[in-house]
Amino acid sequence: MTSYETVIGLEVHVELATKTKIFCGCSTAFGAEPNAHTCPVCTGMPGSLPVLNKQVVEYAMAVGLATNCDITRYSKFDRKNYFYPDNPQNYQISQLYLPICRNGYVEIEDKDGNLKKIRIHEIHMEEDAGKLIHDEWDDCSYVDYNRSGVPLIEIVSEPDMRSAEEVISYLEKLRLIIQYLGASDCKLNEGSMRADVNLSVRKAGTDKFGTRTEMKNLNSFKAIARAIENERERQIELIEDGKQVVQETRRWDDNKEYSYPMRSKEDAMDYRYFPEPDLVPIVISDEWIEKIKKNQPEFRDEKKKRYISEFEIPEYDAGIITQTKHLADIFEETVSIGANPKKVSNYLMGETMRLLKSKEMEPEEIKFSPENLAKLIKLTDDNLINSSVAKEVFEKVFTDDIDPVEYVEKNGLKQDNDEGGLTEIIKEVIENNPQSVNDYKNGKDKAIGFLVGQTMKATKGKANPGIINKILKELLG
Amino acid sequence: MDILDYTAVELSDKIKKKEVSVKETVMAVFDRIDKMESELNCYVELDRCRALESAQKVQEKIDNGEITGELAGVPVAIKDNICTKGIPTTCSSKILKNFVPTFSAQAVINLENAGAVIIGKTNMDEFAMGSTTETSCYGATKNPWNTEHVPGGSSGGSAAAVAAKECYYALGSDTGGSIRQPAGYCGVVGMKPTYSTVSRYGLIAYGSSLDQIGPLCKDVTDCATILEVISTHDPKDSTSVKREDTDFTSALIDDVKGMKIGIPKDYFGEGTDKEVKEAVLRAAEVLKEKGAVVEEFDLSLVEYAIPAYYTIAAAEASSNLERFDGIKYGYRTEEYEGLHNMYKKTRSEGFGAEVKRRIMLGSFVLSSGYYDAYYLKALKVKALIKKAFDDAFSKYDVILGPVAPTPAPKLGESLVDPIKMYQGDIDTISVNLAGLPGISLPCGFSSNGLPIGLQLIGDCFKEKNIIRAAYAYEQARGKFVKEDR
Repeated sequence: MTSYETVIGLEVHVELATKTKIFCGCSTAFGAEPNAHTCPVCTGMPGSLPVLNKQVVEYAMAVGLATNCDITRYSKFDRKNYFYPDNPQNYQISQLYLPICRNGYVEIEDKDGNLKKIRIHEIHMEEDAGKLIHDEWDDCSYVDYNRSGVPLIEIVSEPDMRSAEEVISYLEKLRLIIQYLGASDCKLNEGSMRADVNLSVRKAGTDKFGTRTEMKNLNSFKAIARAIENERERQIELIEDGKQVVQETRRWDDNKEYSYPMRSKEDAMDYRYFPEPDLVPIVISDEWIEKIKKNQPEFRDEKKKRYISEFEIPEYDAGIITQTKHLADIFEETVSIGANPKKVSNYLMGETMRLLKSKEMEPEEIKFSPENLAKLIKLTDDNLINSSVAKEVFEKVFTDDIDPVEYVEKNGLKQDNDEGGLTEIIKEVIENNPQSVNDYKNGKDKAIGFLVGQTMKATKGKANPGIINKILKELLG
Repeated sequence: MDILDYTAVELSDKIKKKEVSVKETVMAVFDRIDKMESELNCYVELDRCRALESAQKVQEKIDNGEITGELAGVPVAIKDNICTKGIPTTCSSKILKNFVPTFSAQAVINLENAGAVIIGKTNMDEFAMGSTTETSCYGATKNPWNTEHVPGGSSGGSAAAVAAKECYYALGSDTGGSIRQPAGYCGVVGMKPTYSTVSRYGLIAYGSSLDQIGPLCKDVTDCATILEVISTHDPKDSTSVKREDTDFTSALIDDVKGMKIGIPKDYFGEGTDKEVKEAVLRAAEVLKEKGAVVEEFDLSLVEYAIPAYYTIAAAEASSNLERFDGIKYGYRTEEYEGLHNMYKKTRSEGFGAEVKRRIMLGSFVLSSGYYDAYYLKALKVKALIKKAFDDAFSKYDVILGPVAPTPAPKLGESLVDPIKMYQGDIDTISVNLAGLPGISLPCGFSSNGLPIGLQLIGDCFKEKNIIRAAYAYEQARGKFVKEDR
């Protein structure tokens, strides 16, 4: 059987985290009443004119610089003309002829662990459209223009990916860079990051590209992986049957794990692009580029290296902590307050990950403050609480961001380090458990564990297990 | 002297001296409108109550010293494609009938801050597409000098209203000559400033890269005064330029000694009427007598201006007019099946023939496979035309020529042959392509009693040169007013 190679290129839309829209002063906030965040500009009223939000250019430049792109010094906007009610002017202001960034790349690891460059063809800026709400009861549709004019960048890759794994690696890499920049939260499920997959197959060893299709409506990494696998098989099957792959746009239905054609190349629209006459060209100076470069944050790879050398935490830990910027920020802030890096790392990797998993949360959703984590670590460092209490307190920190010092005080959870009082209790435990005492004396070291446990029970968990152990051994000789 | 015979600046002076009230003025204008409108059809929207209310407020502000400027209390008419908050603004098109803007154009806000009282909205060619004010959905405006003739266009309502004393001055818009040409046909002064001088915010776009708002008025003094008020930097318009030299009234000087004036031979070609040529050259002679250095020269490329203009303006228009789709505002067809049918029927019924012609032309020149051959080539021609003017202005301070090859044609003559109508724009169109300022003022009559317009063109941001030349000519020419028959 012939083996086939999959060739994939991506078009990734990212919604930028500006406070206001790309061409007017309206808020970009989610969740408002329909059309609450609108004005004459973003509803396409006659006589209104767009004015470019500078922050959009700076975010686009920052993403471009972080992905090794050339910044276009003389960039322009173009109009993409098409009629649809979510698009109030019936043209979208985008960039075709002179996009702001070109010729970049990011590096991913391929399946053998080697670095592989995925080239970026261009990054351009554009505006988002509004949303249609269909009222089936009334048999009519309403338009909400709150999203109209929200800034987007579109990152167009070259067809350099060969598998779903590479696609996911590339997307994760992009997401991490953009999140570290603070340019977007990049949530696929909420649509702040959207990926369209261009895919073709060819017989292994050939140079010529096959006919490609474009897949839309991919809302999660899992959906992307499934869609790629499905489309690859569909195309191979067509070729094996002696049929042709049709160049078309397809829509993925993740519930049915099936895609269906939306439009073919023949009925592709003519967007009649031309330069947007209402906006002046964007001229980018060396100084501006330098300013953006200077303000670039430390990205993951550098951060990871620094954590290993500066905080002496294991590479594995550093890898996990830097997986999202939010987690790395919590780590660094907690350490900067004075907590031991390895202990902070242990909390983030152990208990934090466990709780995230059980509560089905993303790391971005962590709400506790570094101050409270640092306080908790200090309580354990000072021997004021034992580890089982610490675990209980951390859970409260994680869910409600409580102050551990106050909490321990209020609930009387402080560890009892008073040896005199403990000795009395332990004597009683010994008296009540002759069997275990015998076992221990007969060489069963494990029996002491039971006695420690009984003592903890008697002290309602507040005793210091180390001290119990010491006293027990003294008393039992 | 009849109150209606004052210029805007003269009237404001009388108002400030309390010789006449704002209310009296507004009532006089409405009386005049009542008398003339049935014949001329200058206005598409009038509201006496609103104007009188506004007069009252302006009077109070003048009385308490809040408003002191040269236009305080003067009634103004606004072209129907310039947004006025709360007052219908329809571009004289069925598709925008009953559309009421939620905001005013920056130029209108500036005038209101200066104490202007808005009388109403003036008739125009639909979406400013036309040279005669005949493509309006409200019917044609007539030329006050001879009602069998057109007033010119597209700001024909504004020009005719000023000429007929139905207002003291008006705002128009000029994409290819739409202020200057009707000013010439109606015997009033009209000016298009340098592109980017007056904010386009609130001007319903036709050809965005060419459109400018400007005044139509009774004399050059009014023209400089109005332009000074409406020329402000506007952050809402990205193409608006911050200028420090908008004190245009400082150029009202009766002195052209040593001023270098060039007359392009290309502006007196085959199609140019003999009487027009004579009147314009006589005006040049007047300036020469006053000490200007006048000579003829070859501007070149003039014949390419018309195809370049109609390509670029139509391309931009085809996109600018996409928003009129029956979804959000304006006209929507009565019966339809589904979205696309609604779009199709609404736009077929809502737009007139000339607008549809330009939308089709514009869509064609932008379509894939034709973009390079038409639109891109037109942009190259535009750049060459700008360069030809740059060369000319390295030698001359002012370029002088006719504003149109003929006086106002008869009603109904132009629309039968659109190409011929487009060719009538030959004297004004390159000024828009090059972004230059141009002023039009009357310089004589044809044998059948129609006004002839003189056009003075300046380099970018050199409005003061043409205002000075126009003012000096006007002083020598004397009053140019239409007496009632």
